[in-house]
Amino acid sequence: MKRAIMLNSEDTVATLLNHAEAGESVHILTAEGKETKTIKVGESISMGHKVALLPLKKGDKVIKYGAVIGQATRDIRAGDHVHVHNMKSLRLTIPLNAPGNHQ
Amino acid sequence: MKITGYVRPDGSLGCRNHIVILPSVGCANDVALRIGRMYPNVLVLTHRQGCAQLGDDKDQAARTLVGLGKNPNIAGVLIVGMGCESITAEYLADEISNTKKMVETLVVLDEGGLTGALPKGAKILDLMLREASQMKRVPYDLERLTLGIKCGLTDTTSGIASNPATGIAADMLIESGGTVIFGETPEIIGAEHILAKRAASREVEKKLYHLVSDCEERVKASGMDIRGANPAPGNIAGGITTIEEKSLGAIKKGGGKTLQGVLSYGEIPKGKGLFFMDGPGRTPEALTGLTAIGAQIIIFSTGGGSPAGTLISPVIKVTGNPHTAQHLSGHIDVDVSSILKGEETVGKAGKRIFQELLNVASGKATKAETFGYGMISIWNIGPHM
Repeated sequence: MKRAIMLNSEDTVATLLNHAEAGESVHILTAEGKETKTIKVGESISMGHKVALLPLKKGDKVIKYGAVIGQATRDIRAGDHVHVHNMKSLRLTIPLNAPGNHQ
Repeated sequence: MKITGYVRPDGSLGCRNHIVILPSVGCANDVALRIGRMYPNVLVLTHRQGCAQLGDDKDQAARTLVGLGKNPNIAGVLIVGMGCESITAEYLADEISNTKKMVETLVVLDEGGLTGALPKGAKILDLMLREASQMKRVPYDLERLTLGIKCGLTDTTSGIASNPATGIAADMLIESGGTVIFGETPEIIGAEHILAKRAASREVEKKLYHLVSDCEERVKASGMDIRGANPAPGNIAGGITTIEEKSLGAIKKGGGKTLQGVLSYGEIPKGKGLFFMDGPGRTPEALTGLTAIGAQIIIFSTGGGSPAGTLISPVIKVTGNPHTAQHLSGHIDVDVSSILKGEETVGKAGKRIFQELLNVASGKATKAETFGYGMISIWNIGPHM
């Protein structure tokens, strides 16, 4: 069974511990290793990437580690992949072609 | 809880018992290396600073060199100066001597040059090594232990496994009366408000905010864009979306205790508990800074698995990445990839790291130590004249 970790009880996203394909069920674990719920992912999500635990409206804060890590830039459904395409930093926006990127 | 260590004359705890040669200036590196070649058990702390530096940059280099010499893992220091540098061997010896450990100077231009200096240096080391060989480990309380924490080759596993587990070990050491120092100012941008909430006073809080704004200003003044490096494209590919997310993951390595103080690079803390040290994230400079402020032991939380070490203080490398743990097992001391596999909780993994910390403090060699891997690199913040 695929798993994701929810690092704080207030989090609105969990981090995938395995790669999950669209439609797969993912067990959401707490930091203490307890299974809280299962969520069906809406699209393929890689290990280390985030899944929305509940529906987020455009402008909603995204919470991980119990803290704000950014803001939704469009409506997000529970089970969706949450990343640069649908959320942004409230501190700095990260252009992928920023000067200084040589990778 | 007890560990064993070497009691220094000032009451500090040595987790190792090194004799070192410390050049006061980069020009003396070759002298130090030649004498060091005669004594393979002596550490030669070559670096590139010590002269033709100005103001804050010179002060920082001097403070760091003094701190390195004072590190309790060192039983005796031979300081090698050229005799014409701005940070003199005499100055370093005076400062380091406050610890009452063995300190001697060797100034090349005063000894009739290299032919006089080399044999004299050898004689000094010979005596120091024999003296150190008679020192013995005794049981010690954890109160005298200072742990430095750094993360490097960060990947998506760092923020969810190795950093939080390292943070648990950090909290356990502080609960036992010890001291924990972490740093890397660019790595807390976007999470400084979370750390600031844990500040022991308004003053500590203000200092922390200042460090971050100074760091951002320095980058801006150089005409560069910090967004090009943090989070890096590799971070983003790994699933990290924003600088807040990366920084929140990074500060997890320091645990969750009250922040007692904010230190300059190389500034030895007064008091116990959790401290933050200013400085860059780049590994050699970060590890040198932690060693200079008195960390007898360092935990390096890594995703990609670096061989990082310091010459003076053992570095315990922890990874949560299963591939790194297997592929680079020669670099990794504690494998916490069990967290990702859902086989172990962060709390249990943290306790294992803490146990390894006690073992290494008491003498167990880390992977970097068995290789003798490490270097000194002092953070340079000004032009060389």
